[in-house]
Amino acid sequence: MFNLDRTVTGTVVLLSIVFGIFFVVPFAGLIDRAIDEPKTWELLRTTQVRQALTLSLWTSTITVALALLFGTPVAYLLARSHFPGRTIVDALIDLPIVLPPTVAGVALLTAFGRRGLIGEPIESWTGFTFGFRTTAVIMAQLLVAAPFYIRAAKSGFEAVDVQVERVAYTLGASRLRTFFRITVPQAMPALLAGIVLCWARSMGELGATLIFAGNFEGKTQTMPLAVISAFEGSSLGVAGAIALSLILLVAALAVLVLFRAVASRAVAR
Amino acid sequence: MTTLFSRRAGWPSALALLVLLVPLLGAACVGDDDAMPTASLAATPAPVEGEIVVLAASSLTDAFKEAGTKFTETNPKAKVTFSFAASSALSTQINEGAPADVFASADSAQMKIVTDKGNATDPVVFATNLPAVVVPKSGSPVQSFNDLAKPGVRLVLAGPEVPIGRYARDILTNASKASGGVSADFSGKTLANLKSNESNVRAVLTKIQLGEADAGIIYTTDAATATIDVKVIDIPTQYNVIAQYPIASTKGGKNAAGAKAWLAFILSPDGQAVLAKYGFGKP
Repeated sequence: MFNLDRTVTGTVVLLSIVFGIFFVVPFAGLIDRAIDEPKTWELLRTTQVRQALTLSLWTSTITVALALLFGTPVAYLLARSHFPGRTIVDALIDLPIVLPPTVAGVALLTAFGRRGLIGEPIESWTGFTFGFRTTAVIMAQLLVAAPFYIRAAKSGFEAVDVQVERVAYTLGASRLRTFFRITVPQAMPALLAGIVLCWARSMGELGATLIFAGNFEGKTQTMPLAVISAFEGSSLGVAGAIALSLILLVAALAVLVLFRAVASRAVAR
Repeated sequence: MTTLFSRRAGWPSALALLVLLVPLLGAACVGDDDAMPTASLAATPAPVEGEIVVLAASSLTDAFKEAGTKFTETNPKAKVTFSFAASSALSTQINEGAPADVFASADSAQMKIVTDKGNATDPVVFATNLPAVVVPKSGSPVQSFNDLAKPGVRLVLAGPEVPIGRYARDILTNASKASGGVSADFSGKTLANLKSNESNVRAVLTKIQLGEADAGIIYTTDAATATIDVKVIDIPTQYNVIAQYPIASTKGGKNAAGAKAWLAFILSPDGQAVLAKYGFGKP
């Protein structure tokens, strides 16, 4: 007899297995090739790799710090107040998430480039230009990655019980104290998720950086740019691209594991 | 304000030029058709069919696209698919097993990377090109080749592995020779101005067109595609190098007959005429 339930279950399992294989094979290929490649470990110690790694780490850290500083108030306002134009701001925040990063790069160039909307007057007044500087790398990362934090933080703040905050106020706690002692701890899992997404996105930023900041070792060549340069024939070669990819993969896995551990503790509290 | 105005004024004159050129081109084509019959028909090989995948240096973009159109006129069942990128990126792709039928490189070094691995054989030089300095039309501190070494110049080049990036560094080395060079530290001072290693020649041109960089070194053929935004400064002949473009059919391809026909076409008078039209020199 034909059993519909069984057929459905079977199909679900089969589809999951096929996707699981598709999902795991690329990473397996990367690791397999990295192990086979005798030069992997040697390449990881080259100046170009070290510079790219250092640059990626500190630019993405600054990006996350800036996202926290400027993004938290934005997320809080979006979650709690109903100022005019709120829906427009809300939609605009999502724009960089939906847009290809290359578009973000072109947009940054037309705004902050030497002939850009703001870039041109700034250069004529101060002589300062944004292009080809680490500043430009951070700007590209911030535009592309901050929305991920703001989005997560906003839903985190929305989920906090407003009654508890009110109780804190009636007990004489200041707004700031209430925010840091009540709101932030309650929204912590969401905030952490936002931080991880924002950091990961800025570590992975390629398109906007390449277009707006350029590609120069030690200054604007982050890890993803070093990977693509290696693939396009830079001295690191394909083996270098694979070695760099391996670092990024291991770093990503470590962050995810760490995040899960921290988040489950935050939820438990 | 003035720069904006002059840039706008550039359009009508460019249009006028185009209007003037079109009838001339038309006349040239008619001339070709008249000459077609007997002689060249006899020499034309049998038409090939199927897809021909051609991986070609970025600088060949416009010339090869037009050559592709011409090629399919005589081979209507063939379809030429191009992938344009830095030759260094293409050589990596080919050695990684990209299914290409033809590789056209902007230098022999990148072709050698492919032939050394046995992925292509018997390359033939089919064109030459001349590097030149390009600067934005207005406001660049670079107005001569020697200005490249001036402190504060924002220079962009293609990466050192990209053919035009390598040629550019060779030129700077030539200009730093003890006898007859600009100065012994010319290359060092110029490379200290380097702000970005772009992925290919067209990316360098874009940075100049946008005015982000003050100067770059690209091929004269690429500079010619952007005369509205950029100014070309010739590199003194005693320092300049002549870029040699080799072409070969590649092992990973599926259309050997198509590859052979494309090579023959590029080396034929018709193919060479297209390349000459875009400013490439004879091999």
